Amino acid sequence: MSDNILEVKDLVVRYETEDGCVNAVNGLSFTVGKQKILGLVGETGAGKTTTALSILNLIPSPPGKIVSGSITLNDKDVLSLSQEELQKMRGTDAAMIFQDPMTALNPVMTVGEQIAQAFKLHQKITQQESIEKAKEMLKLVGIDESRVYDYPHQFSGGMKQRVIIAIALACSPKLLLADEPTTALDVTIQAQVLELIKELIRDRGMSMVLITHDLGVVAEVCDEVAVMYAGRIVEIGSAWEIFNETKHPYTEGLFNSLPNLKKRGEELKPIQGLTPDPTNLPAGCAFSPRCPYATEACSKTVPELRHMDGTHYTACTAYDSPDFKLGGKD
Amino acid sequence: MAKVLLEVQNLTKYFNTPGGLLHAVDGVSFQVEEGKTLGIVGESGCGKSTTGRTILKLIEPTSGKIIFDGKDITGYSRGQMRPLRTEMQMIFQDPFSSLDPRMTVMQLIAEPIIEHKLIHGREAIEKRTLELMETVGLAQRLVNSYPHELDGGRRQRIGIARALAVNPKLIVCDEPVSALDVSIQAQILNLLKKLQKDLGLTYIFITHNLAVVKYFSDDIAVMYLGQMVEKAPSDDIFAEPLHPYTRALLSAIPIPTVGKEKKQRVLIRGEITSPVNLPDECRFMKRCDECDEKICGSCDPSLVEVKPQHFVACHRVKK
Repeated sequence: MSDNILEVKDLVVRYETEDGCVNAVNGLSFTVGKQKILGLVGETGAGKTTTALSILNLIPSPPGKIVSGSITLNDKDVLSLSQEELQKMRGTDAAMIFQDPMTALNPVMTVGEQIAQAFKLHQKITQQESIEKAKEMLKLVGIDESRVYDYPHQFSGGMKQRVIIAIALACSPKLLLADEPTTALDVTIQAQVLELIKELIRDRGMSMVLITHDLGVVAEVCDEVAVMYAGRIVEIGSAWEIFNETKHPYTEGLFNSLPNLKKRGEELKPIQGLTPDPTNLPAGCAFSPRCPYATEACSKTVPELRHMDGTHYTACTAYDSPDFKLGGKD
Repeated sequence: MAKVLLEVQNLTKYFNTPGGLLHAVDGVSFQVEEGKTLGIVGESGCGKSTTGRTILKLIEPTSGKIIFDGKDITGYSRGQMRPLRTEMQMIFQDPFSSLDPRMTVMQLIAEPIIEHKLIHGREAIEKRTLELMETVGLAQRLVNSYPHELDGGRRQRIGIARALAVNPKLIVCDEPVSALDVSIQAQILNLLKKLQKDLGLTYIFITHNLAVVKYFSDDIAVMYLGQMVEKAPSDDIFAEPLHPYTRALLSAIPIPTVGKEKKQRVLIRGEITSPVNLPDECRFMKRCDECDEKICGSCDPSLVEVKPQHFVACHRVKK
């Protein structure tokens, strides 16, 4: 048995579209330890969701295709499982929470029945028993069990997200993949839902991959952080290392774009330019055209992750020179 | 004291719904001085967008007064509002649905100029459009592009250029950066700030993002269920929030630091209650930990100045 619940190695995922080949994930490797929470951070188009879908082997094909790499989830090789085995795996080894609670539930089915379905699919269980278990799950996520026969439209956004968490946790998965679970919610409700997720993960000894673009949420929840840019990890390490010992220029740029660290009136320092078109990635380091530290060498080779110290790795050519230092967050 | 550009007195907007009267905006009053920014913060359903739209008379108010640049525009007809539209503009949240997909960038930005007959002659209009594109940081080569060819940040720049096209004094920005990635968000915020400095614009900045509003506003008003529960200069409200809801709202912001001391989080229970047929009691009472049912349930608290410039609507906060 390995110490890691999830190991992703050299993952490459592409979407073949009419406009060309979208290079969504370009050689991604990371591991998630048992009972650990990894934050996957990046902006729109960085490949975060594609990564999560690959872990469950849910990439829509066509147009999507996992070109190469390996994914080991709970000692199973995900990419070689049959459809039947995959169905067993989804829900018991890993489950996913999606971003939009408004569209993830079936509007014409009671929430109780939707939770019960997860039980019926994975366990030999009668209808009555499955509804009883659904009630227990509702209680677990803080919803009164009397609402088991209500329909999704009778719930608010925060409540719907709680129902989705109940469905995901129904069969006690070892790993939870949460794709922007609180982005659609108001801040006070976000705080409630994050607190609930943290508590459930801890109590049940689960692991989690939390996908988000919000560095605040990452700081609140995650043990480890991987920063993604254009389908690669540019920096990975413990949350403390990423936030206090930032090494990659892109991560630094993300921090400097946040208005909450700034005093009023001071100018923000946004990253120049736009995220690259994934059908036509720049040569060498994909961030180099926007990078204030870029040199000629950056556009020649794609930088590999290099060890900085502790558990901290970064992919930046500038560290070829031993004296290189970032300008720093301010 | 600088000149007050916009004054709103006791503004209310009720909607008739099958379930009863929906109190979207309920007795909101404030003033904005020329060249300043008022931030209106609150969660979904608190009435912040309805307030913004009512000020511009895109929605007719139920009662109250709107005084813009010394004129009481509350009773103005659509025809009377038309010339005023050049002085008050709006930037919308969603740059994906607020632009006509069949118009080019040039047509989109020129539309308000032509509509209000501000400049005549094709060449002059084109020249002005190109100027506006430069002001908001859009490359000239995009002049014949359609919105679907552009990313969210550039689309929002078109929205800003359209608002600027008529040389307005006041711009209501309704969640202008909420749909954008952080790095793009910062670009747009810098742009809005620079435009304010260069053109002397007055902003009403509506958002749910407290970090953005802190960075941007001179004064902040916090709304809850159609009412203003607290209003103060930006720094004061962050240094010393007085209303229990403001405190909970501030402490709910996830802070992007690790290993540094953090304040104990105040979680509020429950969710926002329905704004239909509200009883005469404090609207935050059922979620509030500091509530005393005898006092808080007796009547709806009004907004009181407890410190200079610092207004709070709470029975429990004393002067």
